[in-house]
Amino acid sequence: MSDLVLYLLVFGTLGGAFAGAAILVWFERRLLGIWQDRLGPNRVGPLGIGLALADIIKLFAKEDWVPPFADRFVFIFAPTAIVMAMLLGFTVVPYTSELHIADLNIALLFFLGMTSLAVYSVLLGGLASNNKYALLGGLRSAAQMVSYEVFMGLSLMGVVMLSGSFSLVDIVNAQAERGWFVISQFFGFVVFLIAGIAESHRLPFDLPEAEHELVAGFHTEYSGMKFGMFMLGEYLGLILISSMITTLFFGGWLGPGFLPPIFWFFFKTFILICFFILLRAGIPRPRYDQLMSFGWKVMLPLTLINLLVTGAVELWL
Amino acid sequence: MPIITVDGYELEVKAGTNLLDALLSRNIDVPYFCWHPAMGSIGACRQCAVVQYANKDDDRGRIVMSCMTAVTEGAIFSVDTNNAVTFRESVIENLMLNHPHDCPVCEEGGECHLQDMTVMVGHRNRQYTGRKTTFRNQYLGPFIGHEMNRCITCYRCTRFYQDYAGGHDLNAFGSRDRVFFGRAESGVLENEFAGNLIEVCPTGVFTDKTLSKNYTRKWDLQSAPTVCTGCSLGCNTYTSERYGELRRVHNRYNQEVNGYFLCDRGRFGSGYVDSPKRIRQAGMLNAAGLYDVVSKDSAIEHVRSMLANASKIKGIGSPRASLESNQSLRDLVGEDNYCSGMTNTEREMHAVILDVLRSDLNSPSMSEVENFDAVLVLGEDVTNHAPRLALSIRQATRNKSLKLAAETQLSEWQDAAVRELAQNQRSPLIVVTPMTDRLDEIASQSLRMSFGDITKLTQGLIDALTSDVSGEKQRAGSSESNEVVRGIIETLLAAERPLIVSGTSVGSPELLKRAANLAAALKQHKKTAGIFLCASEVNSLGVCLIDNHHSLESILDEAPEVVIVLENDLSLRLGHRFDSWIAKMPRLIAVDHLDHLTTSKADIVLPAATDPECEGSYINTEGRAQRSMAVFKPAGNIAASYHWLDALRDVTRVPSEIRAALANQFSELQVLDDAAPDEKFRDAGGKQPRMTHRSSGRTAMYADISVHEPKQPIDEDSAMAFSMEGNQNRSPSALRAYTWTPGWNSNQSIHKFQIEVNGSDVAANPPSFVFSDSESFCHYPRGNISNNVLIPQFHIFGSDELSAFSDELSQRVPLPYLRIRSEDAQRLGLTKDDGVMCDQVKKSTPLRIIIDDDLPVDCMVYPKIAELFELNGLDNASFVRIDGWHSPPAIITSDRTN
Amino acid sequence: MLLDMLSAIWSQLLTLAEVLKHTFTKADTVQYPEEMPYLAPRYRGRIVLTRDPDGHERCVACNLCAVACPVDCIALQKTEDEDGRWYPEFFRINFSRCIMCGMCEEACPTYSIQLTPDFEMCEYDRQNMVYEKEHLLISGQGKYPGYSFYNVAGKSIAGKDKGEALNESPPVDVRSLLP
Repeated sequence: MSDLVLYLLVFGTLGGAFAGAAILVWFERRLLGIWQDRLGPNRVGPLGIGLALADIIKLFAKEDWVPPFADRFVFIFAPTAIVMAMLLGFTVVPYTSELHIADLNIALLFFLGMTSLAVYSVLLGGLASNNKYALLGGLRSAAQMVSYEVFMGLSLMGVVMLSGSFSLVDIVNAQAERGWFVISQFFGFVVFLIAGIAESHRLPFDLPEAEHELVAGFHTEYSGMKFGMFMLGEYLGLILISSMITTLFFGGWLGPGFLPPIFWFFFKTFILICFFILLRAGIPRPRYDQLMSFGWKVMLPLTLINLLVTGAVELWL
Repeated sequence: MPIITVDGYELEVKAGTNLLDALLSRNIDVPYFCWHPAMGSIGACRQCAVVQYANKDDDRGRIVMSCMTAVTEGAIFSVDTNNAVTFRESVIENLMLNHPHDCPVCEEGGECHLQDMTVMVGHRNRQYTGRKTTFRNQYLGPFIGHEMNRCITCYRCTRFYQDYAGGHDLNAFGSRDRVFFGRAESGVLENEFAGNLIEVCPTGVFTDKTLSKNYTRKWDLQSAPTVCTGCSLGCNTYTSERYGELRRVHNRYNQEVNGYFLCDRGRFGSGYVDSPKRIRQAGMLNAAGLYDVVSKDSAIEHVRSMLANASKIKGIGSPRASLESNQSLRDLVGEDNYCSGMTNTEREMHAVILDVLRSDLNSPSMSEVENFDAVLVLGEDVTNHAPRLALSIRQATRNKSLKLAAETQLSEWQDAAVRELAQNQRSPLIVVTPMTDRLDEIASQSLRMSFGDITKLTQGLIDALTSDVSGEKQRAGSSESNEVVRGIIETLLAAERPLIVSGTSVGSPELLKRAANLAAALKQHKKTAGIFLCASEVNSLGVCLIDNHHSLESILDEAPEVVIVLENDLSLRLGHRFDSWIAKMPRLIAVDHLDHLTTSKADIVLPAATDPECEGSYINTEGRAQRSMAVFKPAGNIAASYHWLDALRDVTRVPSEIRAALANQFSELQVLDDAAPDEKFRDAGGKQPRMTHRSSGRTAMYADISVHEPKQPIDEDSAMAFSMEGNQNRSPSALRAYTWTPGWNSNQSIHKFQIEVNGSDVAANPPSFVFSDSESFCHYPRGNISNNVLIPQFHIFGSDELSAFSDELSQRVPLPYLRIRSEDAQRLGLTKDDGVMCDQVKKSTPLRIIIDDDLPVDCMVYPKIAELFELNGLDNASFVRIDGWHSPPAIITSDRTN
Repeated sequence: MLLDMLSAIWSQLLTLAEVLKHTFTKADTVQYPEEMPYLAPRYRGRIVLTRDPDGHERCVACNLCAVACPVDCIALQKTEDEDGRWYPEFFRINFSRCIMCGMCEEACPTYSIQLTPDFEMCEYDRQNMVYEKEHLLISGQGKYPGYSFYNVAGKSIAGKDKGEALNESPPVDVRSLLP
């Protein structure tokens, strides 16, 4: 791969991720509107798509304000951290067997590491705000992410066992031979899906935000583009998790040959994003203690059993 | 204490009481109508039915009226059993048969006992389809409205009016469903306590006309616990406000003072707060003799410069102003330049009261008066001068019937039975006054004599008592008067607890001194004997305590350059001397709230807050320190007098700081702080609310001025807030703005705030008496007995400084009259209804002649009203006939419109 | 327990399917103001004060609407005319606070206060949202024709003496000696 292609790819990914996140803001609201028998945003531009741009302009135009009681440095640093971590996660996503920024042999671990860094952003944002709601949101976020991190990683070990590699390209290639892992690793898929929602604290697991009880959770004190960066991070996380699920369980770019592989990758990702939005439209938020006990008492044992069975099958069958 | 079982729970209850009383005392809700905590049970309404079981095996029981059932050891009752519940529901359904669909246009709505009880028993639908009985209403005077349709025939009104307050002109007429409560014909209700009908009636038959004029529901009233400033008794009241206007005064229960009842002066006499004569801006007299409105700052500036240029500055305080205001004036002018605003005579009389309260003589509280079984009234016109005390004396005469009841083992609360048993037998009450007295009708003996003769009679009694003790023979005198003296002595000594009542309305310090001597002499025979002396005004004793023996005259005689008058109309005190004094007066600064003769002569007038508008401490005639809280913040430049006077010295003090200054200088006044919590008091971090939690219209009340809601005014002076935030149910009683508990919207909710029914308040501050009864009483030496010919007659309506400014009350102030004996009339060539004028005063008002042969010889009586101030202080006066004068018809303004 | 869990999961999946089905249903909302929605007569919009069949103000200034109002946006003061009718001296609604909940209409014992299907009452100046009685009072009877409070109340007014209201017998002659 030439340097030019690599640069194009890097900037393409960067621009694509940002644009995707911006459009998702509009797309999610439209979709929610459809599912809730409303019209949704439809005034700005055709089908209301101008809303994405309007939102960006609004966020940039707002006063860049830091509350006097906040820890100024951390307060500003926190939202940038989540965007950085999420963007770094994109480096290892293979769009096709050829088209990827980096094919690390520890790509999977790198991805897990990057998503885990996002917890600092939320925690520090909550702490630096010096506000009780923000602090509660940050605490919840830390507990939630640390808990779900455990079996998020473990749930992927089945995939790694089956493919024998941490490299995402290898994992996709393995699926060409053994079929999509969503079938052989169904429980791993379910656990990763749920943990993925929790990691990106999307609804129904948006307890760090929980606007009904905590005002706006960890970003209560945020406004303007700093708030925008938290939102950006959330939507980047949504895209990242969707593309990782595509890669790990739905055969990445693999698909019937009448369309190019890159289409199949983005198509599957798009369907998964829609599924995430559907979850938001359909499922209510659990209570905080329910979330924690579900994680530790159901998800963790399920992952371990899945791992055990997968190992046994690989070893003896 | 017997133990009874109620719905399976064992309750320890007070012995000798009835079940309803016991249940309410233990916080068990039982609906009732005819029972009243102060008036006992008659079992008329059948509403308080419960089921009583004969023993543990009895599962049917029988329905009994809890108010008529004595609690006995081991008795078993059920309030909640189905039988009792359905019975009570059907009773209220029957009571409501004829009740009109009136609640929206009824002044009682929202604080109606009938509403509460109907909700409590759960009655909803009127199943009876027959016609409702209706009645025509009567005109009952300017205070009370009548709407007879609403009556549920509980008989509380007549029981209060006739049995408790001794009225004659309210009666039950007719029979069965046509029972009518009213007068024989339309007319003003005569009794001085008629206003209590508003609170006594469980529904809206008797309503408050003064409230209805500018009607506000109870939930919208902003209230505060206040002390009535109508007389020296200091009855506890709730005063309420809405839209910056005073709306009504209600009774505030204080077990030791006024209990459940107020007099009509206290209830209807606070209209002066919104009087058109109210001074609302600071004013300066200009060259044309008119007042220019000046700003607060420039008024203060002018007064300061006036004070700075003068060397002799005197301050005249006021017995109707709070101790805080008086102290503030005292701090401004210095203690030697301050006087209490009372004349020599007044001061001397109050000094006697102070001596008595400080002494070991037994001076009872107003509610304790009810326990005395023989009362001797010496000269004092109780009903007109200290009205609420007259109601207590009326109850004292019932002790005979209670004694008879005890002999027949009848319980005290069996009201009808006890009254039936006693018929007209009463404990002895001896009324010795110059004028016909309202208490005459229940008195065992009424004597008409002049104040001089009363003084002599008192001395006769003392002599008889002391000679009895020492075994000496009685002094010679006319056999007739000896007979009288012996009769009175026998009565007093036969009683278990005799009481001497007198007061400052006699206008003679000598009589008060002898009355005190008499009480001391009586105490030699009866340890339980008591003396109750009525002071003049709400804070007379308070100012008397701090004035360093300076009287009004002694201050004015020093020819001061500048005089500051605090809330005092000197014309009423100086009488005929006022004009000559005003003529010499160089500079006058008045701090007051009403336009009267003194303020209209002042060079600078500072608008003072009235007593419901600012906090203040008052010492009543029992020596009890009480705190009155501000009900609302007055608009404009009006400020509390103490804030004005402090501002002149350029200091800012909250009332508690002024009280601390008082306590520093007068050790007796250290108890002032115990009367109520100070401004630092907090409950759960918050102040006490003045509004109800249902107060409405907050975002619309002032929206016509600006749609942006104003911030509520801040009250820095007290621990109460102009707000609905807080829990009034937990407030200390001195800071509780109204009585309300869930399900009990009417004033009947008071039992929820009593330790037991008729007990003290659950959150009452301990009584703070200013005087300890430590000093032993020293007999006063005999002084000269003077005898005035011209005697002022006090009137409940019009004889105090303020209440006559109220619109409705002013209609009941008597027209000027002169009451003389027929032989005097003959001598002067006068007949009934002639007009006369006093020729010693400058601008005399015509007086109508009333012939009264009950008067003692050589006595003429005029009403003590503001119009006739010039007669005040005259010992004797000569009157001339006005030819062709016709007395104006005595019509009450509201008569014309009704 | 496993069965419980499975049924719970199944229920969640059903929910998702149910929501997904709405992809194909028509939106319930309309493009206001291009398209005006139908408002039922009992729609809770702008508040009016109505009159009784004789053309008198129905409001008797009982204050129940004010106390029922959860945002305290109603203020009024009772007064009385020479006929003995109670009526509000002023009646003020601060519509910038009103939440159109209809509690005042529920509370009104005389059918005076009524909510109408008009909600388009925006103003540039908030002060104009304060409506006084002259803005609120209409000349009709609103939703409840024929009702007159004083015809059922026991209080007499000019033109309706004691005993003339619904279901009332003539006033008792107190001086009658008949049993």
